[in-house]
Amino acid sequence: MNSVIKPLLRAFDIHKSFGGLKALGGVSLNLEQASITGLIGPNGAGKTTFFNVLTGIYKPDVGHMEFRGKALPAGLPHVVATRGIARTFQNIRLFANMTVLENVMVGRHVRTSAGVLGAVFKTAATMREENAITARAHELLKYVGIEARTHHVAGTLSYGDQRRLEIARALATDPFLLALDEPAAGMNASERTQLGELILRIREDGRAVLLIEHDVKWIMKLCDCVTVLDYGLCIAQGPPHKVQNDPRVIEAYLGVVAT
Amino acid sequence: MKRLLWGVAALILLALPLFTDAALGHGWVRILDFALLYVLLALGLNIVVGYAGLLDLGYVAFFAVGAYCYALLSSPQFNLHWPLWVLLPLGAMVAACFGVLLGTPTLRLRGDYLAIVTLGFGEIIRIFLNNLGAPVNITNGPQGISGIDSLSVGSYNLGQTHRWGLFEFVPVVNAYYLFLIGVLLAIVFSHRLERSRIGRAWAAIREDEIAAASMGINTRNLKLLAFAMGASMGGLSGGLFAGFQGFVSPESFTLMESVMILCMVVLGGMGNIAGVVLGAVLLSVLPEALRAAGPLQQEWLGRVVLDPSNLRLLMFGCALVLMMLLRPEGLLPARARKRELHGE
Repeated sequence: MNSVIKPLLRAFDIHKSFGGLKALGGVSLNLEQASITGLIGPNGAGKTTFFNVLTGIYKPDVGHMEFRGKALPAGLPHVVATRGIARTFQNIRLFANMTVLENVMVGRHVRTSAGVLGAVFKTAATMREENAITARAHELLKYVGIEARTHHVAGTLSYGDQRRLEIARALATDPFLLALDEPAAGMNASERTQLGELILRIREDGRAVLLIEHDVKWIMKLCDCVTVLDYGLCIAQGPPHKVQNDPRVIEAYLGVVAT
Repeated sequence: MKRLLWGVAALILLALPLFTDAALGHGWVRILDFALLYVLLALGLNIVVGYAGLLDLGYVAFFAVGAYCYALLSSPQFNLHWPLWVLLPLGAMVAACFGVLLGTPTLRLRGDYLAIVTLGFGEIIRIFLNNLGAPVNITNGPQGISGIDSLSVGSYNLGQTHRWGLFEFVPVVNAYYLFLIGVLLAIVFSHRLERSRIGRAWAAIREDEIAAASMGINTRNLKLLAFAMGASMGGLSGGLFAGFQGFVSPESFTLMESVMILCMVVLGGMGNIAGVVLGAVLLSVLPEALRAAGPLQQEWLGRVVLDPSNLRLLMFGCALVLMMLLRPEGLLPARARKRELHGE
């Protein structure tokens, strides 16, 4: 995608407070192209807040982001999606009353252009585009492995399938970076393994993945790089084995050894 | 088989006014005409409420804008007499602009709050029309504008009786055909929009606005588009209404009208074209049919016990309560709406 090896995403000193609560107190981090980065940290560390700032749902108080060498606008989720960052949500936010296929088709919105006139007059270009949208949606459902549910209503899927559908919908926007907020939450061991395989496949396709997760073992196996947040600060960043042994990380998770 | 059914339906729709005229008189054809205008309004509101999920309680304002647009440019008021084919699209466009005007300040609002603001907007338009009679007389104030040119397509004046072979086309019958064309166009328009990229984006916004925005949907523009599209149908209906009535006054555009149109959409089945059409026809024709209750009471009981107009409201209220209890998704619900209310 980009011949020059430089970070895909750079976040500079991101601050975000809610009233008196400082959720992010100056987070800076880099994400590499086609890498899997884990964002971990105790509850309330600011992981989801960082996601929401990244994807434009919140505006940071201070700080800015750079994506693919260009500044990323703050507080405009649809522009962020257009630039190539797609996300899933911690508490699954599918379009629950639409079908599985329709959910993924909505994801294509940002890469297509048919307007009112095209829709009303059913122009050749619009029909071509519609066919392409449908074809791509079917392809993605197969890719994440829920093609058997294509015409089901999204809200009726099992929990694991809903997670997969959210990933398919996000992939439909052709993202460079896929941000997954606790994708493995509530999954059993075998579902986790399958999800891990899916995430690896997504990286092989040249997309970067950023994921929040609580299962440290799972994430250490999967990720190329791990970033640890604690009280809104980035306390460690690096390859899993290094981060695992970082005294500050151990302290954040287990507390200080009494002396 | 399907083609045959469509053919039969088309024949019925075409023959309906002639039969009604012969059997029941002009009055009933007039009721059909109004039913068609209401269908047009309900289809427009359905785009806003049913597709995009934006509760609009001031929808009649767009009807008013369309009607006044036609009235001002085709009456002795300013001595302008523009042709129909300019006025109807113009009315729709002006109404669409008002739709955007209403949409812009309400983008952050949802549900109840949006309903209150739109309700206010509807009243503002009506009060404006009421007061723009002085110091510069634009709308003629509460007296309204009369002497509006009757609808005419080219040199064919729909306000006059024409005779074609065996059939006599009186003004109300002529208007029926024009309105029917408008309704059919609106149905095709709605149907195609619903099943397009735009329609999917509206549905996504209705389901979950944050998720929709995160998928790259420009929620601001698409909501404004929904307001504009809905308003344009209201404007078109308004133009037809003005030309048909020959008279408009602010009195025709009260909150009650907005509520009625919303009831048609909700009762019929939000988001489903067939449901909305059914709702509009039922709610505009049934009250008229109930007028017959007066003479019937006279005949059977010797006196009028329940005034027909009160009876109408009573039955209307009961029907709505029953609907909300038994079938909250409407008579012919949209797929998604049914799921939302009943699960699956």
